[in-house]
Amino acid sequence: MYGKGLRALSLATFAALTATFALVFFYAPLDADQGFIQKIFYVHVPVAIVTLCAYVLGGVFAALHLKTRDRRWDLRSYVVIHVALIFNVIGLLTGAIWAKASWGHWWVWEEPTLVSFLIVFLLFATYQPLRFSIEDPERQGRYAAVFAVMAGAFVPLNFAAVRAATSTVHPRTFGTADGGLPSQMAWVFLVAIVAMALLFALMCAYEIAAKQTRWQLRALRRRLLGADTVAPLGRSAAPALGEPGRPASQGGGRGSYPAEVPS
Amino acid sequence: MSEPMTRARPTAAPVSEHGASRPMRPSLVLLRKDLLLERRAPEAIPAMLLFSLTTFVLFHFGLGRDEVSGQLAAGVLLVTLLFAAILGINRLFVAEQEEGGFDGVLLAPIDRTALFVAKAAGLFLFLAIVELVAVAAFAILLLGPSPWPALPGLLLVLALLNLALAVVGALVSALAIRTRARDLIVPIVALPLLTPALIAAARLAAPLLAADGAGALPTRWLAVLALYDLVFGLLAYAVFDFLLED
Repeated sequence: MYGKGLRALSLATFAALTATFALVFFYAPLDADQGFIQKIFYVHVPVAIVTLCAYVLGGVFAALHLKTRDRRWDLRSYVVIHVALIFNVIGLLTGAIWAKASWGHWWVWEEPTLVSFLIVFLLFATYQPLRFSIEDPERQGRYAAVFAVMAGAFVPLNFAAVRAATSTVHPRTFGTADGGLPSQMAWVFLVAIVAMALLFALMCAYEIAAKQTRWQLRALRRRLLGADTVAPLGRSAAPALGEPGRPASQGGGRGSYPAEVPS
Repeated sequence: MSEPMTRARPTAAPVSEHGASRPMRPSLVLLRKDLLLERRAPEAIPAMLLFSLTTFVLFHFGLGRDEVSGQLAAGVLLVTLLFAAILGINRLFVAEQEEGGFDGVLLAPIDRTALFVAKAAGLFLFLAIVELVAVAAFAILLLGPSPWPALPGLLLVLALLNLALAVVGALVSALAIRTRARDLIVPIVALPLLTPALIAAARLAAPLLAADGAGALPTRWLAVLALYDLVFGLLAYAVFDFLLED
């Protein structure tokens, strides 16, 4: 059975997001300098933080896949990176809007965080084309994991490099000498981070459940209707969880369908 | 190599006798094979060289400048070398893929990482040979200030950059060689991965090529570039095994 706890997670995410937006609009004080547009900060920064943590997490899952050879780690790594890419785009767009509002330009090269975000996006955008160009599912998972490990390590290194280049315009949220956030803002900000992390986890959980359900359905159809009636798999960038009793080259193997499929 | 192997490899001296005492031996044999291939039928180096020279000409017309200096010079030189390296990275494992070299390495009683070390070292040497000519050509064709004061610093920067190109290039090349769209995958994966190395190298080279004489190397960027080499060298060394499993 897949999708356990999805309902609870959905409700928690909904509640957290509602609370966040309520706090952002009705509780958090207006920024003295930037005014209302500063409130995009409660979306932009949490999204960015979640994105970067997710990329590193994708690398960790990929390393686990390489270590255990369990397909489920490949699936988790794929889904985490997939959803992180979506968050990455949101982060870039909200960042550009904020940049336009507060510095007057859609794109500011002197701004290391924005630039490293773009570089990281460009790197991870190649994850799916790379997967898509490898047909053998086992090798696809393995090669994608090698890529994800390298790219996961690349994220912090890239930030260090780009930040060393210049660090002038971008507001440092934490740990800066001159202040940081007033306590009311910091509080709302923490709630916003939790909400975004929940949203991320929820999207990942939905995607994993959907993929697993689709594969289970496929396995059942093969069992009931015969292998010939189910169309062969097309090429896909998504990891194939595989089916029982098939060799790894055809999508079976370790971490493939659990034997609990009723016959 | 704990137990002695009796099978001798046809192309080289038996690894078994010296394997334990000389762990670098398989890499050296594989490197020698690549250098020999390139000497007998030059392929990558002439292409990279011609590409670099053509790109300098294109930059001359594209920028509309007879002379460049400072950050612009560093950018033109290093981006050209980076793109030229992509050509070499694309070709790095082609012989292995087409002539069954992968199987040879897998069958031989050697560590698979030996292939990575050999390929990275080979790419490093190829790049060094290309740069020998390309940097001279750049100094003649485009560079405004005299290249001599910048030379020691530039050698260091290029060596560190080559190391980055070599380790990342060898890994990306092995990653892409058995995909359908090999020559598309290499640049789109390698270029973003190499961006921090290029940032650091360009910042390092800019004061060297400044119009008013070579300045000092900014140590912060030296540390970034060396850190990049170290991290990706170790990582690539660690994960290369997984690319050679079938």
